[in-house]
This record gives sequence, C-alpha cells and structure tokens, in this order.
Amino acid sequence: MTAALEVRGLKTHFFTRSGAVKAVDGVDLSIERGRVLGLVGESGSGKSVTGLSILGLIDHPGRIVEGSVRLDGQELVGLDRDASRRVRGRRIAMIFQDPMMTLNPVLRVGTQMSMALRAHETVSNAVVRERSLKALGKVGLPAPEQCLAAYPHQLSGGMRQRVAIAIALLHSPSVIVADEPTTALDVSIQAQILQEMQRLGAETGVALVWITHDLAVVSSLAHDIAVMYAGRIVEYGPTADVLAQPRHPYTRGLLDSVPGEAEPGEKLAQIPGSIPALIDLPPGCAFRARCSRATGACETMPEIADIGGRLARCFHPLEAA
Amino acid sequence: MLGFLIQRLLQAVAVMVVISVLVFVGVFAIGNPIDVLIAPDATQDIRLDTIRRYGFDQPLWKQYLNFAASLVQGDFGRSFVFNMPVLQLILSRLPATLELTLVAVIGATIIGVPLGMYAGYRPNAVSSRAIMGLSVLGFSLPTFWIGILFIMGFAVELGWLPAGGRGDTVEVWGIQWSVLTLNGWSHLVLPALTLSLFRMALMIRMARAGMREAMLSDYVRFARAQGISDSKVIFGHVLKNISIPLVTVFGLELAATMAFAVVTETIFSWPGLGKLIIDSIQSLDRPVMVAYLMLVAFLFIMINFSVDIAYAALDPRVRSGRT
Repeated sequence: MTAALEVRGLKTHFFTRSGAVKAVDGVDLSIERGRVLGLVGESGSGKSVTGLSILGLIDHPGRIVEGSVRLDGQELVGLDRDASRRVRGRRIAMIFQDPMMTLNPVLRVGTQMSMALRAHETVSNAVVRERSLKALGKVGLPAPEQCLAAYPHQLSGGMRQRVAIAIALLHSPSVIVADEPTTALDVSIQAQILQEMQRLGAETGVALVWITHDLAVVSSLAHDIAVMYAGRIVEYGPTADVLAQPRHPYTRGLLDSVPGEAEPGEKLAQIPGSIPALIDLPPGCAFRARCSRATGACETMPEIADIGGRLARCFHPLEAA
Repeated sequence: MLGFLIQRLLQAVAVMVVISVLVFVGVFAIGNPIDVLIAPDATQDIRLDTIRRYGFDQPLWKQYLNFAASLVQGDFGRSFVFNMPVLQLILSRLPATLELTLVAVIGATIIGVPLGMYAGYRPNAVSSRAIMGLSVLGFSLPTFWIGILFIMGFAVELGWLPAGGRGDTVEVWGIQWSVLTLNGWSHLVLPALTLSLFRMALMIRMARAGMREAMLSDYVRFARAQGISDSKVIFGHVLKNISIPLVTVFGLELAATMAFAVVTETIFSWPGLGKLIIDSIQSLDRPVMVAYLMLVAFLFIMINFSVDIAYAALDPRVRSGRT
C-alpha cells in the first residue's frame, strides 16, 4: 500500500542576507490513510516549515532545495505554481494555530467556504450551500445555517477552529496538515477538537499530520510520533514506545519538562540552554551543547538508525528501561 | 446602527455650533472692515451710515446672534466686495473647486491604490521599486513647483494644453461643469494632475503597507492553503480588509484638498473657492470668509460621517460593536 504522504530528504532553506537558514535539513516522514502522525518540537525546530513545505507554501526568500514530497504516489516538489495550487486544498489541506486570525474577519463564513469550494470546482450556489452545510455538520457545529451567515467574530474560538476544519474537509483531501490547531484554545475545547479530529480521521480515512509542541496532545491522538530538533528528526516511532521509553536524550528532556509528573515544590526538570540558531550551524549533532551524554563522537552528525523498534539519531541512546 | 447615526448627527450639530462661534469671534476680532469698504475721504455721515447698515454698531454677541439666526435660515449675509448674497457667490464658485478636487482625489485613488497593491504584492520587483521611487517624488516636490513646471512644459514649450482658466462649460441643473466638455478637460488635466500627485503618493504608500501586512497574515496563508489563486486571494480576501484605512485617507484627503486647493487654483487661475477666499482675505470681506470657513467645516464633518458609514459597511466588527 502506498503511503498517503511520503516525505524523503526534505530540505527547506531560507536565504537571508546573513546566510542560509537551514530550517528543515533532511526530514523523512511517512503516513498512511486513517493514521495520525504527531510532529513534535520546540519553537524554531522546523516543524511548521515542514508543514508549509509539504503544501508548497514556502515563500521567498525560502526554497525547498532538495527532497521529495509524494502525495498518494504523486511528486509535489517541482510542480509549477498552478499545478501546486490545484493540489492544495483539494487533495491536501492545512489548518493553522490561531482560529482568530485564520478566518477573514470581514467576510461571512459562507462566503469563505464558497471561495474555498470554488477554488477547485465550478458549482452552483445551491450546491455550495448544501456542501458547506454538510461540512459544518460533520465537524459538530450545532447550527450550521446560522454559522454560514455569521462573521468570524460572532463565533467562539472553538467554533472558528471547527469552521476551519470544515473548510479543510470540503474537498475530502487525502492528507490534512494541522499546525498547532488547538494551542490557542481552552483546554476543554481542545479536548473536544481532538476527539472530533480522531473521529473524522477514522470516518474519512484522512491522514493527519499533527504539528505541536504539546506531548500530552499527541499522546492521546497520534499513532506515530516524530520529534524534531534544529531542522532534523531525532526520534521517530510508535507513540506509545517513544513516550514510554525515549531513546534520544532530547526526547527524554522534553518528557521531563512536562510539569504533570513533578510534585508541588519540587524543582521542575528542564533542558539547559536553548535551541541553536539555524544559521551557520556547526557540524555534528545540533543537540550536543545541551546534552549530558555528549562526547567527542557527537561532533559528526549521527545517522538516524533503528534503535529498539524506532528510529533515533544518537550515538549514545538511552538504555531501554 | 440607527442609534449610532443619530448620535453622530448630534455630534455634528454641536461641532458646527462651536465652529460658528470660533469663526465669528476670530474673524470679527481682526481689522476694521469699514476702512476697506468706504473711500478714505468719505464724510462722517456716510461712515456712520455704512456702519449702521452692516450692523457694526451692535455689541459682538448681538452680532453673533444675528449672524447665527440668519445662518440657520440659510442666509450668510452679503459680500462687502461683490455686493451679492454670499451663499450665491460661494455656490457659483463651488462647482469649479468640486470638480477639480474630485477628479484629482478620485484619479489619485484609482491610479495609486492598484500601483501600491502591486508594489506590496511584489515588494522586490524592479517595477515595485520604481513605483516607490515615484511616490517619494510625489511626497517631496512642492505643489506650486510642480504646477509651474507643468505649465512650462505642457503649456509653454509643447503648447499641448492651456496654462490656466476653466475652458468651456456645460450647464447641468443650473451649474456650470467643465468635466463634460473636451475643452474643459484640457483645462482640467494639469491642475488636477498637480493636485493629485501628493495624494497618489499617499495612496500608493497606504495600499502598499496594507498589502504587505495582509499578505503575511494568517487568513491569507489559510486562503492560499485552500488552493485559492493569488488574484482571488487579493481581490476576494485582501481588498476589503485593506480598504478600511484607505477609505479614511480618501475621506480626509478629499476634504483637505477641497479646502486647501488654494495654491493650485491660484497658479492655474482656476476660478474656484480657493481664489475667492484669497481675494476675500485681502479685502477683509468678512461674510465670505465666515461662510467659507463654515462650509469647509461642514464638508469635513459630512465626509467624516460618510467615512464612518463606509467603515460599518466594510467591517462587520464595527457594525456589531455599535448597535
């Protein structure tokens, strides 16, 4: 079975005056229909740029310099502008973090849905209305008719994100890339949206790439998890395995940073330092300056390799407990 | 919405009252119009008679009340110099200024906004840099200099266009318009262009800034992620968003240009309000000055009022916030 989405050796660099920023530097991902992949990392790890690259939404001065993105077997890298546009929204969709900002404040929801639908199909007003209502119903919005006539500011944050998801679902895409779609929402709304996405994934067979910095979110949603650091994937495997027994020191650090495990008053664990600037990154493992296990060997970049049933990029992986 | 309109209308009335007081006091506290009105060798009897005839013997507050009462009735008094009702005088000059400013500001918007949007959409293109360079010129060159340069170039050297005056007019609804004749247009082009350059530069800058900001916004990114083509993103999503600041500037500039087209009208001998007010100030023709200032205040208030309504039409958040 071909994967719904297959990313190989993806490199996206931004060419600035002070040098090339290697935001994504060799990422491999693969996801099948009906599955959820969690793409986890700190701010600046390149996870959002990976998502945008998959959709071909990288703007000047950025560029995909190398690699391949295959959607149901079709290569997307190198498509011309119009061909790339025809894939976007129809076969692969994306939703973004802040539902406050992603909907156009001055247009009614119905107008925005109609524009999204008509970007790829020539349909009558009646069909637009019918399909918009169906999509809004599918994401669990209680009063689709009212919602269609509403402006974004008349809806709550959760409702707005549901509208965005409904727009993404309009053309029944094979893949949806979700870039932190629940980060800006209240925890209770967040849980509802997660549940909704889980249900939609199972019902429609859409493959979901869920980009987040929140390990708790992926643990309940994703089948697989890929941890990114400084433009590369450092650990990649089934969610349960990776979270229960991380092998890469960075994954371990991330897990320890979740405050849920600590006792009140106890000092919280943290990863010392911060993510390095991606401009003129020295060779070798990008994490070594923050890593307690680093040795001289870490001055060359470790290859990503199978370690105990998942992939990890480390010379000194943690032992299985 | 209706409550909002009534509230704004009441505010407008209050502003007009305050302005009428300021204008009246300001204008009537300066100079002695009698010296301008009568010959220096006139007898004391003629002098007193003139003072009485124009009501200058009454206390200032009484003069204001008389003035305000007649103002409400639409009577702005008689011009000292032209010896005709001020309202009639101003209305006879208003169309010339109106058509000049409308052509200049609307032209500046129609040309400036698309140029600015293009420059914002492709900020690094050579053509965009050229547009921005032009806008700097439009900002920095003084109007009187551009006007004189145009006259030298197009009227004196090339002889393509007339150097001044209004040209042939056509009467519609009892008002003379030169936008309806070819000859009128030939007279209109140079002063309108002179007036519009600064406004065009402003529109280019505003449209470019709005466009650049909008193209980086999340709703544009989401629209592009839906596979909507760039042209539809710009005209379907962005245009309505960036129109809001553009409408404000359009309104302000329309009013300001109308009130301060003085320099351009003088250079091109355009028989509009600007020339009238300069002449009136020189001859201390008080009723004309007062009526002119009231008219300018009225125009500003009306235009701002229209801008508020346009806001509400463009931005649903304004609409719901004020009901």
